[in-house]
Amino acid sequence: MDGGEVAAGAGAAWGDGPPPDTTAEAEREPVDLGPLVDELRAAIGADRVITHAHQLRTYESDGLLQYAVTPGAVVLPGSTEDVVATVAACHRAGVPFVARGAGSGLSGGALPVADGVLISLSQMRSIIEVDLDNQRVIAEPGVTNIEISKAVGPEHFYPPDPSSQIVCSIGGNVAENSGGAHCFKYGFTTNYVTGLELVLPDGELVQIGGKELDPPGLDLLGAFVGSEGTLGIATKIWLRIVPKPESVRTLVAFFGSTIEAGEVVSEIVSAGMVPGAIEMMDNLSIRAAEGATGAGYPEDAGAALVVELDGSEAECEARFEEVVSICENAGATSIRVAQDETERELIWRTRKAAFAAMGRIAPNYYVQDSVIPRTRLGPVLARIDELAREYDLQVANVFHAGDGNLHPLVCYDGSVEGQPERAEELAGLIVKTCVDVGGSITGEHGVGVDKKRYMPDQFTDADLGTFQRLRCAFDPDGRANPGKVMPTPRLCGEVPGPYRRHPLEQAGVAERF
Amino acid sequence: MEAQATRASAPSSVEELAEELRAADDAGQTVRIRGAATKLAWAPDADPAVEISTTGLDGVLEHNPGDLTAVLSAGVPLARAQEVFAEEDQMLALDPPGAEATIGGVVAAADSGPLRARYGGVRDLVIGVRVALADGTMAKSGGQVIKNVAGYDLAKLFAGSFGTLGAITEVSVRLHPLAPRTTTALGHADDPALLARGARALSHARLEQLGLDVRWAAGRGSVLSRSGGATAQAQAEAAQRLLDEAGLDTEVRDDDAGLWEAQRERQRSPGGLVARVSALQTDMPELLRTAERHGATLVGRHALGLFWLRLDDGSPGELVSELRGRHVTAVLDHPEGLEIERDAGLEPGVELLMRRVKQRFDPKDTLV
Repeated sequence: MDGGEVAAGAGAAWGDGPPPDTTAEAEREPVDLGPLVDELRAAIGADRVITHAHQLRTYESDGLLQYAVTPGAVVLPGSTEDVVATVAACHRAGVPFVARGAGSGLSGGALPVADGVLISLSQMRSIIEVDLDNQRVIAEPGVTNIEISKAVGPEHFYPPDPSSQIVCSIGGNVAENSGGAHCFKYGFTTNYVTGLELVLPDGELVQIGGKELDPPGLDLLGAFVGSEGTLGIATKIWLRIVPKPESVRTLVAFFGSTIEAGEVVSEIVSAGMVPGAIEMMDNLSIRAAEGATGAGYPEDAGAALVVELDGSEAECEARFEEVVSICENAGATSIRVAQDETERELIWRTRKAAFAAMGRIAPNYYVQDSVIPRTRLGPVLARIDELAREYDLQVANVFHAGDGNLHPLVCYDGSVEGQPERAEELAGLIVKTCVDVGGSITGEHGVGVDKKRYMPDQFTDADLGTFQRLRCAFDPDGRANPGKVMPTPRLCGEVPGPYRRHPLEQAGVAERF
Repeated sequence: MEAQATRASAPSSVEELAEELRAADDAGQTVRIRGAATKLAWAPDADPAVEISTTGLDGVLEHNPGDLTAVLSAGVPLARAQEVFAEEDQMLALDPPGAEATIGGVVAAADSGPLRARYGGVRDLVIGVRVALADGTMAKSGGQVIKNVAGYDLAKLFAGSFGTLGAITEVSVRLHPLAPRTTTALGHADDPALLARGARALSHARLEQLGLDVRWAAGRGSVLSRSGGATAQAQAEAAQRLLDEAGLDTEVRDDDAGLWEAQRERQRSPGGLVARVSALQTDMPELLRTAERHGATLVGRHALGLFWLRLDDGSPGELVSELRGRHVTAVLDHPEGLEIERDAGLEPGVELLMRRVKQRFDPKDTLV
C-alpha cells in the first residue's frame, strides 16, 4: 500500500520526533538552486515551478508526519517531457530529486531533500489507454489506484487495493510495490506491471516492457517496482487487469482471543483454501473501529476475523460453508455473514477504519508493518504483549492474517515527556521480534526513511552491498531519492572493464546486459 | 574467444561454490553456471573455461506447510521438491517441461508451463534468493515470507538472468494447495478466428480456471480450460457452456492429466526448433495462421499472450524471421547449425541499462 492504510489525522505526529537523516548517498556541496530554478521555469513554464516558502511546506511530509523537510523547490510536471527536462536539469546541476505521488506513503519515502527538487507527479493523471480485449491499461503515474479499477469495470478489476486506494497514485504504488487486503490471493503491484516508461536519474528516457509479458533481457521491471523512487521516475505504466470473480462471500467472526482466531486461519489454509482476504483485528482495534463506524461489533471480543472468499460461484458457495463451520467448531462467539453488498461494505469499512479510529484510544500512534511467517503468530503476539507491558504502552494489532503482515499500532501521548521515545523504542523491538522469527521489517509500507535503521537487522553488509550494485547501475551519483532505503550512505565506484556479448544474447535467447 | 577445455565441477557447499567462482574471476577465467543441463541448447557456443554445476547443492532445506513456503537449494530437481510438497497436498505452481530440471535452472531460465495462467511465473512465485556473485560475495534478497518489500527485489532480477549476474544458490518459494480433483473442458475448431473467439470467452470469463491453454496442429486447434476444487465438474461445465456459445465443438474430460502433459511437451523439440513468442490475446489468430503456414505446432497461454511455436522439420530460419519481424521472440531449442538472427531489437537505452547492471554485478564479465 503506498501507504496502505490512510494514516489518521489525529494519530500520526510524534511530538518533535527524531531529526530525519537525509544524508545523501554521496557527499555534496550545498548548491544554489537559483540558476536551476530559472532553467526549469524556462523549460517547462513558471507556473510549474514552486519556490514560495509557504507553498513548499505543503510538500514537507508524506503520510508519515513525524518527518518533515522543506524542499528547495517543487516541480509539477504535466508531461513526460517535463519530467525529462526536470531530471536532466537536476543531473547537469548535480542536484538531488525526490519523486512524489499522492503523498500518502507511510514510510517517509517521499520525504523531500532540503537542497533538492521535489517532483510531484500529481498533475500527470490521464488514463492513456484501456485495452479490454487484451486486458491492459496504460496510465500516467498520478492516476489514483481506484481510478484504474473504475476504468475497467464492471467486467474487470485491478487487484492491488491498498487501503489508501481512493487517494494513492499508481506511480506511488509502483514505487512501493503496494499490496492491500487482497494480496494473499491476488499478489502485489509487481505482479501486474507489464511495462514502464522511465526517466532515469541522468534524464534518459527508456521504455521497459509494454503490453506484452516477458520482455527480452533482464527483468528490470521486477527490479524497478518497489525500488522506492531510488532508480528513477516512472512516467507511464502498463498494467494487467483481470476478470472480476463471479462470486464474493464475506463474513466476520468473533473469538475470545487472537490466538483462537489465528488457529482458525491455520485451519482454513490447511483445508486448501486461498481466501481473497483474511484480516484480523484485536480487541483494542475492534473497540476503536466500532467507535468509528458503529457496526455493532461486540466490544468485549478478543479478536475479529474477516474472511472473504471469491471465485466461481459453485466453488465459493461450497467453500464458504466450510469456513463457517470451521469458525463455529473453533468456538466463535458470533458470526456475521454479509447478506448483501452493503453489509460487505460495512465489514470492510470497519476493518479499514481501525487505523484512523485509533485516535479514539490514544492521542498519537505509531504504525509498524512487519511480516512474520503466519504460523509464528502466537509467540509473536505474546512477545508484543510482554513488551507493551514492559514499556507501559498500549499496542493494538491489525493483521493481514493470510500473508503474516502485522500492523502493530503503538499508542502513546506525544505531550507526555519521554513517551514518544519509549514508543519508538518499543516499535523497534517489535520489528526485531518479527525479523528474529524469519520475518521482514516491512510488508507493504516500504523502508523509506522510517525503517532504514532496521535494514541491518534483516540484511547483512554483503546483502546491502549487493542492493547497492543495482542502485549504482541506475543512479551512480546517488541523486534519486537520496537517504532512503539504505541504512548508511554508500558511494558507487567506477566499473571499468570491457563489455562482451554473451553467447545467449548472440543467439537471441537473451538480450541482456 | 578461443575454444578451450572446460573444467567442470559440482561443489557440495555454497561456500565452496563461491570460492570457485572467486578463484576463476581472479584468474580471468570465464564461468558457466548450470543445473541439470536440460536447457544448455538454449545457450550455444559458450565455451567457458569453467563450468560449475549446482547439482551438488540438493537439499530441500525447509518446507513450512502452514506458511505455504519452502526453501530449496539450487540443485534440487523440481520433480523431487514437488514430491515433498505433495505429501502435504501442496505444490510449487511451476510446471515447465523437463522432469530433471533443477529449481535453480528453472528460476535462472524463468521457464514455465500451463500453471502460469493461474499462479504466475517464476518471478511471481520466488520470494527470495541467495546468490554467489562472481567475486565470491554471498548475498540474499527477499526472504521467507510471501509479503516483503524490504530492499530491492533481486530475486526478480536473477529470475531469467541465465546465471549471468551470479550463481543462484538457494531459492525461497511460495507454495499453493494442490487441487483435490481436476476436470478439463475442451473446445475444438479448425478456424483460427473461431478458436480465438472461444479462447477469448474464457480469458474474459469470471471463472477461476486452473489452466487456460490453446493448441494448434495440422489445421485444427483446441481451447483447454481446467477447473479444480470441490466443484471441479460444475466449473468445467460452466466453461463448456461458454465454449458452446462461442461456436466450438466441446467436450469435458475428467481424466485430464495427459492433455496437460502434452501441452508441456510441445514447449520443447528435441531435434527441431521452438520459438517462444510474447504477444497479445488479439495476436492469436495471426500466430495460428503463421504456425499453419510453416507446418509448425503451437501451444500457449491465451490470457497471457505467451505462445510456443514448434517446428520439428522445415525451414526454421524463415519462421523465426517472420516472428521476429512482428513479436518479441526468443529461440529456445533449435537444430544444429541454424544461424539465428542476432539482433532481436532491444531499445538501445534499455540495452545500455542492462549492460550497466551486468557491469555492476560481474565487472570482469566472468559469467557467460
